[in-house]
Amino acid sequence: MRTEFITTNIAIAEGAIMAGMKFYAGYPITPASDLFEYLAERLPQAGGLTVQFEDEIASINAVIGASWAGAKSMTATSGPGFSLMVEGLGFAIITETPLVVVDIMRAGPSTGVPTKATQSDVYQVRFAPHGIYSIPVLIPWSAQEGFDLAIRAFNIAEALRTPVIILSDAVLAHAWEKVRIKDLTEIKVIDREMPQLKNKNSWLNQKSDLVPPMKVFGRGYGAKVESLIHDERGWYIPNNETYRKLVWRLVRKIEDKARFLWDSVTYLTEDSDYLVYAYGSVARPAYAAVKELRKESIRIGLFRPRTLWPFDYFNLKKASMKVKKVFVVENNEGKIFREVQRHLRGKEVIPLPLIDLEVPPPEDIVDSIREWL
Amino acid sequence: MMGNKLRHPLSKYLLEDRLPHSWCPGCGIGIALGSILRAIDKKVKEGAIDYNKLVLVTGIGCSARAAFYVRFDSAHTIHGRAIPFASGVKLANPSLTVLVFGGDGDIAGIGGNHLIHAARRNMDLLVFMITNFVYAMTGGQVAPTTPTGLYTTTTPKGNPERPLNAIKLVASQNPNYVARASATHPALIEQYTYKALNMEGFRFIEIISMCPEVFGRHIGFNDPVTLYKTLKSKSIVKDKPSLDESDYDWNHGWILGEYVLRRNPGYLTTLRRYEG
Ligand SMILES: Cc1ncc(C[n+]2csc(CCOP(=O)(O)OP(=O)(O)O)c2C)c(N)n1
Repeated sequence: MRTEFITTNIAIAEGAIMAGMKFYAGYPITPASDLFEYLAERLPQAGGLTVQFEDEIASINAVIGASWAGAKSMTATSGPGFSLMVEGLGFAIITETPLVVVDIMRAGPSTGVPTKATQSDVYQVRFAPHGIYSIPVLIPWSAQEGFDLAIRAFNIAEALRTPVIILSDAVLAHAWEKVRIKDLTEIKVIDREMPQLKNKNSWLNQKSDLVPPMKVFGRGYGAKVESLIHDERGWYIPNNETYRKLVWRLVRKIEDKARFLWDSVTYLTEDSDYLVYAYGSVARPAYAAVKELRKESIRIGLFRPRTLWPFDYFNLKKASMKVKKVFVVENNEGKIFREVQRHLRGKEVIPLPLIDLEVPPPEDIVDSIREWL
Repeated sequence: MMGNKLRHPLSKYLLEDRLPHSWCPGCGIGIALGSILRAIDKKVKEGAIDYNKLVLVTGIGCSARAAFYVRFDSAHTIHGRAIPFASGVKLANPSLTVLVFGGDGDIAGIGGNHLIHAARRNMDLLVFMITNFVYAMTGGQVAPTTPTGLYTTTTPKGNPERPLNAIKLVASQNPNYVARASATHPALIEQYTYKALNMEGFRFIEIISMCPEVFGRHIGFNDPVTLYKTLKSKSIVKDKPSLDESDYDWNHGWILGEYVLRRNPGYLTTLRRYEG
């Protein structure tokens, strides 16, 4: 264990290296470029390789290829670059390729404000690729969580054979904070399962029928990586049976594991009459606002998911059981509000959309909440 | 068990269970794939290539379906992205022999930017591009390689654009090997592939190919034999042609041959020098 004073971008890079990342491909974009630059120095020291490709499309596809060749792989980008990666992301989903995409939100749409953060892409990361699937999205609120969630993201990717998104933002990206860099002995690292060669064509004697072992290239498996709908051999079979079997598995292997993926934190909720729902960098001023209101004897608490998708309705329902009102504070027009409202049917859920190119100050949040008390 | 059932001489490489293939009668893609596999087989028999280290990467299109039919590792990726996928494969495991195979739209149209940059990097890949002058899988639309004046379904009055000369384009980035072959000359495909297989760096083989069903049909050559003979008559084999001779059009035809052959260090060798 050592303590370092680093940004969330660097913390994510260090977490990824600790998880065993060996390949990084990317294309420069604010506010993700310095994560790449840091890795360009650092990853070769850890036995890995970084390459700058001609665009984000090439980057994500190279990352997918590298994963099939056996390397834990990652790329990082921001809104416009993520948009270009969307088709590749769908390809990673259908081919069940373990990889990590760090999406560092900036203000959109389009080129927007490159250097400023909003939380405008919370749906894009979950729903942008076409088709039927589910995809895990982790959302840190600090540099420390950047480090911790990077390890977790790789572990989820490897265990469930899926792309995993780390959703950071321009504020967190360059915020310098103290981070406990754990040793390998303090963390758990998961590696993908590969088939036993003697039954390389069989799915039968596997631990889970939801996550098939991965036929990594160069080991005699005769892997068939297939972007079309395919059966367990990787053969294109365009019928309902094969289609339903594959897409249901793509959904279920994530959603059935939701209990293990959910990771939410509550603050001051035991006796609460009111609950604030906030995530990522905005949860920090939201927490300050909660503490401020507590000084006025208002019984209010904070609920903060560290896994944004799959959506943790279970712990949210538990935390909001006794409260009168739930405030959803987010730096967009009120996106996740809809999801919260959908799950807390019958409860009064109030959207507090704060569109702010800076971190919304706690006073603004206090003022908005006070109007509703 | 199989008794004395006759097996295809390339059965080690072809996933026979998946045959018959989806290519139309008279299509040149199978001829190209067969020639490439014969060259690979020679190398494997010589011990120069490990069968288990072969990876075939394709994008989307009729040509890209080749990934279905090989027995060794293969990836049928997304339209235009075979080269970056293959680059990732090679960089993550340099012991693999990574081949890319795709249509002219796939490799030089939607994937054109990747083609340029992989050639510029001298990335250690062997890329085959099937030039059938048309977007075949989607039903006969204009391709970047379609000769000027020809009818396609999206240029009903004839193609007003000039065709892309991929040989010149790739050669401009100084990769190690650039050649043009044709499915009308399978021996050339095999010969060029054999030569390029064990080389370092970026290697590009364009293969002119017959598409009687969606290219030929629209321009009066829907009979496979006539189209074959026509393409053959337009193909002139030349020893060490110059790059200026690589331009083509429908009237004058095209020159087959090895346009570029050099032995510069490939991307991985160069990278190792920099990493020390
Ligand atoms: C992003 C995207 N755009 C369009 C398509 C539709 N599409 C499938 S194959 C193809 C072109 C095929 O032409 P070519 O690459 O020359 O291969 P051929 O079929 O002639 O072998 C297109 C446009 C697609 N699959 N993906």
